[in-house]
Formats: sequence, structure tokens, C-alpha cells
Amino acid sequence: MSGDADYSDAEFLITTVARLIETPDVRHVAVGAASPIPGAAALLVRKLKGGTPRVSLIHGKATNPFTDGGREIFDCAGQGRVDVFFLGGVQIDGEANINLVGTGDYPKVDKRFPGSFGSAYMYFVVPKVILFRPEHTRRVFVPKVDFVSAPGLSAPDVRRPGGPKYLVTELCVMSFDAGRGRFRLESVTPGRTVEEVRDNTGFEIEIPDRVAKTLAPEPERLALLRSSVGREIADVYPGFARDMLGVAA
Amino acid sequence: MTEILGSLDDLAARVPDGALLALPPEYSFVPMALIRALIRRGAKDLHILTVPIGGMAADMLIGAGCVKRVECAAVTLGEVGLAPRFSAAVEQGRVEVIDSTCPAVHTALQATEKGVPFMPLGGLIGSDIVKQRNDWKVVDDPLGRGNGKIVLIPAIQPDVAVIHSPLADRDGNVWIGRRRELATIAHAARTLLVTVERVQNESLLASEATAAGALPGLYVSALAEAPMGAKPLGLVEHYEPDHDELACYGREARSEQGFRAYLERTVFAGTRAAAE
Repeated sequence: MSGDADYSDAEFLITTVARLIETPDVRHVAVGAASPIPGAAALLVRKLKGGTPRVSLIHGKATNPFTDGGREIFDCAGQGRVDVFFLGGVQIDGEANINLVGTGDYPKVDKRFPGSFGSAYMYFVVPKVILFRPEHTRRVFVPKVDFVSAPGLSAPDVRRPGGPKYLVTELCVMSFDAGRGRFRLESVTPGRTVEEVRDNTGFEIEIPDRVAKTLAPEPERLALLRSSVGREIADVYPGFARDMLGVAA
Repeated sequence: MTEILGSLDDLAARVPDGALLALPPEYSFVPMALIRALIRRGAKDLHILTVPIGGMAADMLIGAGCVKRVECAAVTLGEVGLAPRFSAAVEQGRVEVIDSTCPAVHTALQATEKGVPFMPLGGLIGSDIVKQRNDWKVVDDPLGRGNGKIVLIPAIQPDVAVIHSPLADRDGNVWIGRRRELATIAHAARTLLVTVERVQNESLLASEATAAGALPGLYVSALAEAPMGAKPLGLVEHYEPDHDELACYGREARSEQGFRAYLERTVFAGTRAAAE
């Protein structure tokens, strides 16, 4: 990020994601495995708003509310009880299709990644899915993904209460308009430019005449991340809290 | 009756070559000692079902050449990174992958649990997973109530499932706590093999507090004691994962040679000398 900033890249991304989920419609945020930045953002918002939204971190102990096995988070989302979920992608294209499986000509992939996890379901049923992928390059943001783990758009005869709403990268925040089937640039990271976003994105995006700067982390939020919220984060993601926030478990 | 066996090797002998073997998720009661025993016995042509995500156990079995096919929603070492032997085997075409997605794996087992041939699942349509799954079927709402299209997932019945638990009793009842996916796996599998930290005399069904977290022996084919049997993974409220050891595996298993050395050290150490 900007060299003389008094916050880290991780802190910037946490506060950026937090602003996208601190809306009144969000009552329950669920966070999947190995997602410390989205998880931290959810815990920060919960602290700021005095306990709302509910935050379920599926690999935590006390922060994991589920008692009915691995299927419960999916059943819970299918019931409409999860308002926000985060997904990433080895590749993401302009129609918000995500690929978590591999690059090359499936099934003879050149490079194999873990797999689709629960994306092919959660993307359909959670109203506000936030795509989170810090690396903003043409390697990630491709014209067409090599494998659709989960599609960004669906035909009208497919029941789909959920879908992509935002994309957060190290360069910018974009929104996704399902009606027009494309991303729109909302704001650019301080010190970075619209041209950089365009140059590093392999698909067309809508770029308004004036693009705001993404806000820097608010001082009181930084203070929380480095103290009480940081300690909550450390309970679930000890390595991340130590290395990225300087908070010990 | 649940058989209580004397050794891990006796248990490993009950997993036949070519079996469809269900593995629990990495955070949940993974029988690593039994996985090592399976590798030592030279298990072959296994079809693995990861429920729904595989980790070190699946990666080691694949790297050791025990696996012909893997059905998974993902295989990953989590914070350590990619599952290196899985990725390499797929890239080199040495293992067949059937890609799935987490709730589809749960649904397929729930169908078996209920004794029905398939179950519907929402979402999914438009994913390439559906496109490459000839065994799944997209149909119009069969009840004609205007709910649009839906995917039918066929039941999966594992030949064998394996888990590691902190505790069992003499009747073969096994503590699973809130890891209810282990109950689903147990209900669906033909054979369930369990390793435990210890076997106690008092029945887990004697009090409601323990009965609520118990899997009845009805579903447990055989069990054996294996103290520290989930190591280097963790066992909730008993021991934490050995993060250094997991990171070491993640590094060494990046190359075939490094993986072989890891197996020699952690799986075969001692046994080769004893056999000579």
C-alpha cells in the first residue's frame, strides 16, 4: 500500500471489507476455512455494533455455533439464515464466475488447486457474497475462467436468492450488477490508480467518470484491531494475528 | 457386536484393496495412525471419498500410491497450503478426480442414510461440476410447483469409513461429540472402523450427557486402541495439531523424493528393520 501509511495491508483490507458488511440487512456473517481477513472484518463489525451481526467462523470452537455436523452451515444458508459469505478464486472472470479447481483444459489441468469447496451452493443461496482476492493481476482476473466452480449468473428458471455483490482486491473495490452482468469500479486503494486497475483486469468493467478513493482505516477501528478485536482474531487465527496485526494469542 | 481388535494392523487389514473409503474432514477425528497402517500394508486401488474436504490423510494415501480415484469437494492442507501429492498426482494423470461440492457429498451420504436412491439439492446449476458429473441429473421441479430446475444427487454408500475418537466403551459405542457428520458417514457406510484413544468400561449410553454425543455400536464394525492416533493432526479437547510437523510435511511432500523420505521416517521407521 502507500509506503508511509501507518497501517498494514491486512488492516486496510479488513476495514475495507468491514464497511461492506456493516449494513442493517446483515444479521449473520459466516466465514469459511482459512479466511482470516474476512473473519477479522466480521469480528470488527460485531464489536462496533455491539454484538450484531452474528459471526460464525466454521473452524473456531466457541465462535463456531454449529452442532449438527459439516452439513449444518449449508442447510442454515439454504434456510436463508446466512446473509454474508466470502468466496475467492484462482481465476475470476467478468461475469463473476469463479474457478477454485485448476488452470488449463479440465480434467487435464496444468495446475491443480484444492477444489470447489461449498462454492457451488453458497454462491446461490447467500444474498451478499463478497469475492475476496487480494492479488489483482491478469492471471487471476481472466476473460473466461477455465473451470466454473460456481457461476456468477443464472438463468431465470434456476432458483437463486443469492449471488455476488462485491469484489475486494488489493487495488480496488468493485460491485457486481447481476442485471447487467458486470462489475463496476466503486473505489480505488489510496496510492493506486484507475489505469492500474484497468491494466491488471482481463475483462471489461464499468468505470464511472469519477472514482472515489477507498477510505483509509479509521483510527478507532485500527485501535480495536490492535487490541480487543485482535485478541478475538488471535483465538481463531493465531498465526495471522501475530504476523499481520502484532497481537499475541 | 462390535469387535475390539488388538492392533491397528488388524484394523487396516479390514480395508480391502479397491474399496470405496470415506475419510472425515481434517478438523474432525482423523485416524492418522490407521492411515499410516494402511500405507504400510500397501493398500491399492482405493477409491477415496473425502467428507467433504480431504487433507493430509488423503494426500499421503495418494502420494503412497494407494489411491486410484478420489471424489472430493477439495483436498487441501489448509493454512499449510496446497496438498502437494494430490496436486501432483492430478497434474500427472496418476489419479482420477471426481469433483464435487461440500453439500453434495453430505447429501449423497444422507440419501444412503435414509435408504433412498437419490436426493435433490439446490444451487449448483451452471457449475462445470454438474457438467462433468454424468451421474447427477438436472430435472424440472418433478412436483410441478414452479420451483424451476433442481439437481438430483445419487446416494453414495462407502464400503468402509474410518475415524479416530477420544473414547469408546466395551459395547462399541463411540464418542463423536458435535461432529455429527461422523454419524452420517457411519450410517451410510457398510463398514465403520474406529480407532480410539482409550476404551472405558462404563457405557456411554448410561447417561444422557454422554449418550447425546455417542455413536451407537450398532454402526461400529470394529475398533482398536490407538493412543495419539490423530497425530500430527489435533483431536479436540485432547491435543492440538502439531503445526511444526504439518508445515514440515507441506514442505517435504512438495517433491516425490521429499515425500518418500517423509514416509520412511514417519510411516516405515522401525518396521523395515524389524522385517529384516
